[in-house]
Amino acid sequence: MGPLIPLNVIDPSWNNVIALIVGIAFGFILESSGFSSSRKLAGVFYGYDFVVLKVFFTAAITAAVGLYYFEYLGWVDMSFVYINPTYVSSAIVGGVIMGLGFIMGGYCPGTSYCAAAIGKIDAIVFSTAMLVGILIFSEFYPLLESFYNANFIGNITVFETLGMTAGWFLLILIVIALGAFYVTSIIQEKVKKVDYYILLK
Amino acid sequence: MDNSKKYWNPYFGGVMLGLLLLLTMFITGRGLGASGAAKSTVVTAVDVVAPAHAEKSAYYSKFLSDDKNPMNEWLVFEVIGILAGALLSGALSGRLKFVVEHSPKITSKTRLIMAALGGLAFGLGSQFARGCTSGAALSGMATLALAGFITMMAIFGTAYVFAYFFRKFWI
Repeated sequence: MGPLIPLNVIDPSWNNVIALIVGIAFGFILESSGFSSSRKLAGVFYGYDFVVLKVFFTAAITAAVGLYYFEYLGWVDMSFVYINPTYVSSAIVGGVIMGLGFIMGGYCPGTSYCAAAIGKIDAIVFSTAMLVGILIFSEFYPLLESFYNANFIGNITVFETLGMTAGWFLLILIVIALGAFYVTSIIQEKVKKVDYYILLK
Repeated sequence: MDNSKKYWNPYFGGVMLGLLLLLTMFITGRGLGASGAAKSTVVTAVDVVAPAHAEKSAYYSKFLSDDKNPMNEWLVFEVIGILAGALLSGALSGRLKFVVEHSPKITSKTRLIMAALGGLAFGLGSQFARGCTSGAALSGMATLALAGFITMMAIFGTAYVFAYFFRKFWI
């Protein structure tokens, strides 16, 4: 029965050891998939490389199908699994600001750590500047607090909101993903290639 | 191009990442993250430089307690792992190199300025959204949390809308 640590099947003192091991695997997978190259990542916005869409969508669906299948089998108690709280306004504004950050900087936080680890100087700058962004938010928090906590609608799931079961929602999500993979493969063939490997030679 | 420098098939990478995320949720009840460690770093730095200010602040004080170092956080250990894992993968594939990666149309200096602006925005945005692409979007989507889908669509939607204006930095 899981999740194992919240239910004390594994002692919580293992938490940081598990964090380290999970992190090593996370970094290894991201780097091996090409997420340490900002020009490869940015390809998703210009049509020359859809690796972000493919990896991201496949990972989210694999994990979600697995998680809800585990629940169906009785292996995991979803009341102990963290469902991100939905603060509508703050989630949208945060996403918009991050979207701007993505198209300007070419990385997100996790991928910038990977790129910094293999020597990308732009990624070292990106991840350092992130700290400044967080500092600015923290210092202006008294002004932002009411907005930050506005429109809270609970730790709810998307399928509850849409009034369907997890299974049906996942099926629809899989169909959307397969459609997106097909369409983007056609786009990628038509768009001029960008040789970001040039820097590695 | 040398074969050893090739990246994984993206669908293989996606399944591996999904299985890791599933395993992490099964063990810890939570998903992966990245910006949380940067937040811990900022909280710790402010607490060291200006402890009175940190304790008084409504934001830093949320993450400070008397019996625990603010760096003793799951995500801090996870990010140390990310750095080690990426370094290992890069070393095995011959990708370790100090370089500023940029489009041939811009200079290294321009790239670094854009990287700094991007990082600044990402740091700011990740606090509003209570997580970044990893913790809010990917892990949120994996639990089918509404917030995960909202944040994911806001991030990618915005980037697509503005992609045209920033094209010379990339293509």
